[in-house]
Amino acid sequence: MNDNVVFSQKLDVEGGDFIRGGESSCRILEILKELAFPPAIVRRAGIAAYEAEMNIVMYADRGTMDLKVTPDRITIIIQDEGPGIEDIELAMQEGYSTATDKIREMGFGAGMGLPNIKKNSDEMEITSTVGRGTRISIVITTNGGDSRDADR
Amino acid sequence: MRLRDIVEAVGASVLAGEDCLPEREITTVSACDLMSDVLAFAKPGILLVTGLVNSQVIRTAAIAHLSGVIFVRGKQPNTETVELAKKMKVPLLSSRMHMFELCSELSKIGLRGTRTE
Repeated sequence: MNDNVVFSQKLDVEGGDFIRGGESSCRILEILKELAFPPAIVRRAGIAAYEAEMNIVMYADRGTMDLKVTPDRITIIIQDEGPGIEDIELAMQEGYSTATDKIREMGFGAGMGLPNIKKNSDEMEITSTVGRGTRISIVITTNGGDSRDADR
Repeated sequence: MRLRDIVEAVGASVLAGEDCLPEREITTVSACDLMSDVLAFAKPGILLVTGLVNSQVIRTAAIAHLSGVIFVRGKQPNTETVELAKKMKVPLLSSRMHMFELCSELSKIGLRGTRTE
């Protein structure tokens, strides 16, 4: 494994900002495109990042997205200050959601976010403390030609 | 089928991405107002038919590599959202038809719905 970090950047995400929500993921998308990763890899990383970012926008006060790219792996660590998740196993089930009407009006809150992060990543870890916040670690491996698209 | 053909066939107006229309190939069509579902099920190359006109539609389309977005009932997003679409190279169309009618017209010209296995 090649551990040389070729790019790293930490991006801020503001809770409750539905207009700008997703900007950090779009920045990540641009960075990965510039680093010339295959479109399927960029798409998977972009979807996983965007779902995680929108979770901060929808539920948390604020958070950060920490992108680290090595030749073999794209790692994104999403950490928020917020209410946390009481039952992670339940939250990982497709269709389970605690979304408000406002969230649904924006087109989100179908209870697909966390399962979709898992679907689009090669490794996903989630830890949460109720009343403090949630940390999600996403890894997408880029070596060995695993450029599968999660939907194909 | 190219996006340009769809504009002509259903008489849609073009709000953003005019220059992308000739080369954007449409694989299938999804009609959906829930971006959560689009992110979960959409495949690259689809045309999204929606009544939702906020910035998240544009980001969803760019991130999920959709070929374009067509709004129903003549809906138009605000100027900032149209500018975001131009910046992110997401073609935006608008049709005066309601969702079912537009989907029916798209079906008549040979387009098919997106399927998940």
